[in-house]
Amino acid sequence: MTDETAELLTELQIDALTELVNIGVSRAATSLRELVRAQVHLSVPSVRLVSRAGAIQILSEREINNLVAVHQVFEGDITGRALLIFPEKKSLELVRAITGGELPLEDIIELEQEALAETGNILLNSCLATIANMLHRSLKMSLPEVLRGDARTFFSLAPPPEAGDVVMFLYINFAVRERDIHGYIAMIMDLPSLTALKHLLVEFIARTTGELAP
Amino acid sequence: MTYKLLIVDDSKLARMAAAKAMKALYPDWGRVEASNADEALALAQEGTFDVALVDFNMPGRDGLQLAADLRERNPSMPLAVVSANHQDEILARAKAIGAAFLHKPLTEQILGTFLEGAIRQLKSAKS
Repeated sequence: MTDETAELLTELQIDALTELVNIGVSRAATSLRELVRAQVHLSVPSVRLVSRAGAIQILSEREINNLVAVHQVFEGDITGRALLIFPEKKSLELVRAITGGELPLEDIIELEQEALAETGNILLNSCLATIANMLHRSLKMSLPEVLRGDARTFFSLAPPPEAGDVVMFLYINFAVRERDIHGYIAMIMDLPSLTALKHLLVEFIARTTGELAP
Repeated sequence: MTYKLLIVDDSKLARMAAAKAMKALYPDWGRVEASNADEALALAQEGTFDVALVDFNMPGRDGLQLAADLRERNPSMPLAVVSANHQDEILARAKAIGAAFLHKPLTEQILGTFLEGAIRQLKSAKS
């Protein structure tokens, strides 16, 4: 990692955060299975910390500009925004995967908003709730909102972001009924929230391993 | 009688958590760790462990594939797949392999219950 924000957390702290997100996503997969009634494959390979500009750059390089996102605000010891982002083409694919793919296109388009909000809500809530519970803190989450635009839109939502914002950025693989859909989860935090997160991770690591973190 | 436990998890933190639970439960047991399926299979080749604890969601080959490989090498070894993802299909695959399924985050209690069964299994295999 060359991004300067990578230095903000130690390797073990990033490992712990990745593990928390993985547990959150695994739980979400179990919940989504109930919704979809077919096995859901979900995985998060790694978590990266990048600057807001870095997140925009990664997304712009990897994806065309038509993106759709489910957005939720979280507040507590750590405050910020969580986004589940898909390429727009994949979002219809996701709805087909969820509904079983037998619906005509107009119904799918009609359902898209709702299915996206629900999927995003399950995934983001599961990640945030796992992080909150395991760090022994509570987070308040807003209702999901579906947004359309490009990377710049999603990472510049009002109120205007702080210059020091850090984005916890993760690539997520999602497959159900032979449909392969990739997306991203991004959590945008300001520096005080990241500092709070770092302290909570230090405590969590000490509790979990019985050793004091360096 | 002490045994040796293999812990496979791509997360160092998760391995440290399992090691902490082990120190509390069976401080005399040996322990080997692997961060992916290939490392685990290399250890299996040396035949250096009696019980295996395998994380499901790992980059490369997942924990169920690894559990199936370990089972093939050793039909009677106590095995557990560990995950927060408890979809029916995953539980069914674990069962078909003859592996226990343990929920993540792994607690001392969950691990303790599995290991009690594992010890019984190891003892009856010997007698």
